[in-house]
Amino acid sequence: MKAFRHAALGFIAMLAVMLLPPASWAKTEIQFWHAMTAVLGERVSEMTAKFNASQSEYEVKAVHKGSYPETLNAAIAAYRAKQPPHIVQVFEVGTQTMLSSGAVYPVYQLMKDNGIAIDWNDLIPPVKTYYSSGGNLYSMAFNSSTPILYYNKDLFKKAGLADKAPATWEEIEASAKKMQAAGVKCPSSSAWPSWVLVENMHALHDQPSADHANGFDGLATTLKINGPFGVKMLDVLARGAKEGWFTYNGRLNKAEAVMNAGECGIFMTSSAFIGNLTKASEGKFTWGTGPLPRLGGFPQGSSIIGGATLWVLKGAKPAEYKGVAQFFKFLASTDNQAWWAGVTGYLPLTNAAVKAMEASGHFQKNPNQRTAITQMQNGKTTPNSQGIRLGNFNSVRDAIEEQIENVLSGKKSAKQGLDDAVAKGNDILKEFAALYK
Amino acid sequence: MKRTVFRNRWLPYALVAPQVAITLIFFFWPAFDSLRLSLYRASPFGDRLIFIGTGNFQRLVSDPAYLRSAVTSFVFSFFVTFLGLALALLLASLANAKIRGLAVYRAMLLWPYGIAPAIAGIIWLFVFHPSFGILPWLLSFVTTYQFNWFLKGWVAMVLIIVAAVWKQFGYNLAFYLAGLQAIERSVLEAASVDGAGPIRRFFAITFPLLSPVTFFLFTLNMTFSFFDTFGLIHSVTQGGPGDATSIMVYRAWKDGFDGLQLGFSAAQSVVLMAVVILLTAFQFRYAEKKVTY
Repeated sequence: MKAFRHAALGFIAMLAVMLLPPASWAKTEIQFWHAMTAVLGERVSEMTAKFNASQSEYEVKAVHKGSYPETLNAAIAAYRAKQPPHIVQVFEVGTQTMLSSGAVYPVYQLMKDNGIAIDWNDLIPPVKTYYSSGGNLYSMAFNSSTPILYYNKDLFKKAGLADKAPATWEEIEASAKKMQAAGVKCPSSSAWPSWVLVENMHALHDQPSADHANGFDGLATTLKINGPFGVKMLDVLARGAKEGWFTYNGRLNKAEAVMNAGECGIFMTSSAFIGNLTKASEGKFTWGTGPLPRLGGFPQGSSIIGGATLWVLKGAKPAEYKGVAQFFKFLASTDNQAWWAGVTGYLPLTNAAVKAMEASGHFQKNPNQRTAITQMQNGKTTPNSQGIRLGNFNSVRDAIEEQIENVLSGKKSAKQGLDDAVAKGNDILKEFAALYK
Repeated sequence: MKRTVFRNRWLPYALVAPQVAITLIFFFWPAFDSLRLSLYRASPFGDRLIFIGTGNFQRLVSDPAYLRSAVTSFVFSFFVTFLGLALALLLASLANAKIRGLAVYRAMLLWPYGIAPAIAGIIWLFVFHPSFGILPWLLSFVTTYQFNWFLKGWVAMVLIIVAAVWKQFGYNLAFYLAGLQAIERSVLEAASVDGAGPIRRFFAITFPLLSPVTFFLFTLNMTFSFFDTFGLIHSVTQGGPGDATSIMVYRAWKDGFDGLQLGFSAAQSVVLMAVVILLTAFQFRYAEKKVTY
């Protein structure tokens, strides 16, 4: 059992090798490892099937490898065993890990080598800046989302509130208190605590999260989330938790279950939650969306994106890379982008796709899908709001969420909790920087 | 006993070879690899491997969170083992009595063992869930205290202890039942004739005669709570709230697989390995002396 980690690594590598069938002579096979589950997984299969049917030279095999971290680990194990997949979907917190890894065939290079011209400038700016290095795109934009605010219209009505999304934290407090008085169990809450309540709130108010422009100008080694803004924001939440109008419902997306159950009045999570909530709320309750709430007295920034992109790994044959490039060309097409955004709730990644969706009247029928796009368009991109790129970001996030929990439970003050998160986070960042010095 | 003699000199080696090979490949090799890796700062994709000697261990020792994690592991392990064994022994004694429908009771008591730790965790997660769990709902009638384990560390700890005890319960019970049935009726009857009551009989005869079973289960439950509860914690608390349920094996996994700090995680595995070797040695050295076979 002490060998658990290594046995698991070996086992994953072994599985990876077994899952790679011998190259068929008819079609060049391209392995695409992803982490999309349920409905999203089916959409991915649908997408690859469309590509496979559109030509006869290449066959893209979409393989589900578990959660985002599991998929990344599977790819790492396979790469180390010299059997890497061609394409792997990596979540945004893994971006710095991938950029530093030396295992990546940059997408801009791949397209250039294969003579395919794509207008990268048509990508929506937050996506382009997040995944570019030195102005060049390193990974293929795939599924990007940004957090937005959801509210339960039935619970608003029950508390005698107007049918309107609260736009500020002051409004959230006022509305949530009324719902609390009306007996609502979860007046306000949020999923992805660090991503929404710390990282995005900092970016939205043009506050830095880490040094070196959040890691975009060089490897970040110091977190900045314990400044006046961070403390004030967490103080509001801690007070809300104490007074009962803000409820904490766990890490990752665990809190979404409570919103799905119709128990939360105000809720913040990824815009890609729209599909799930639509299904869960059907015939039970009605809801609306609005932009993320602001805290008074701080400048305008922009919310940042989450989700994942597709990375191409080194170690395959030129003929196979040619197929990967073709597949990416297909993905970037306006038709595919508009379809994908429409059926999933992820952001359309090109301006052309946004226009196409507007022209087809998609947003009239699905106004909630417009919320995230409007929020991004109204945002101001600054060095603080273009994104956050940290080494071992997943561990850093854990360190932050641990302390959010300590603060919301009243064990520590907001300042103390954030100071501790920064100390732990800096230790993790320095370890990463020491690897690549 | 009849002694088997092998005519062929190589046959016995050939017969044990598969077992030895499995042990070497799946236990010793990874263990030594962990030992080696713990001395390095390693990049996820394996392109950088920087020797830092005891650097990872120094980082561990200087991290107060790691010390807390060690304490958490022992507290968790203590409660899971003692509560688990006490409860199993109590119910095994009852299930060993001559009552109607005994087979049904026994089958039902053994049931939870057939459930994977992660599933057991999810079941208890629903029971304890602050928003839609039945337990907080029932408790809300007697107290206004909020049993929200998303934020309250001790509630989360109770939750995973209960889930782990429940999960391991069937296994412990099966062994105790078998042990109880192996005890000669005549011994107990003789004691009754001498005027010993049921409680006296239990402590003077049954419990000592069960000591080999208890010793075996004790070692096994310690190991179970140190390692196999990983799935349970992963599916329920993810080590939170704060780091209230981050036992050592969970931290090692998290830093290695979630955080991709492979050398640091390997160092934790090495510490864990040392702790378990020491614990087991200690148990065999001291506790086993009290066991009567």
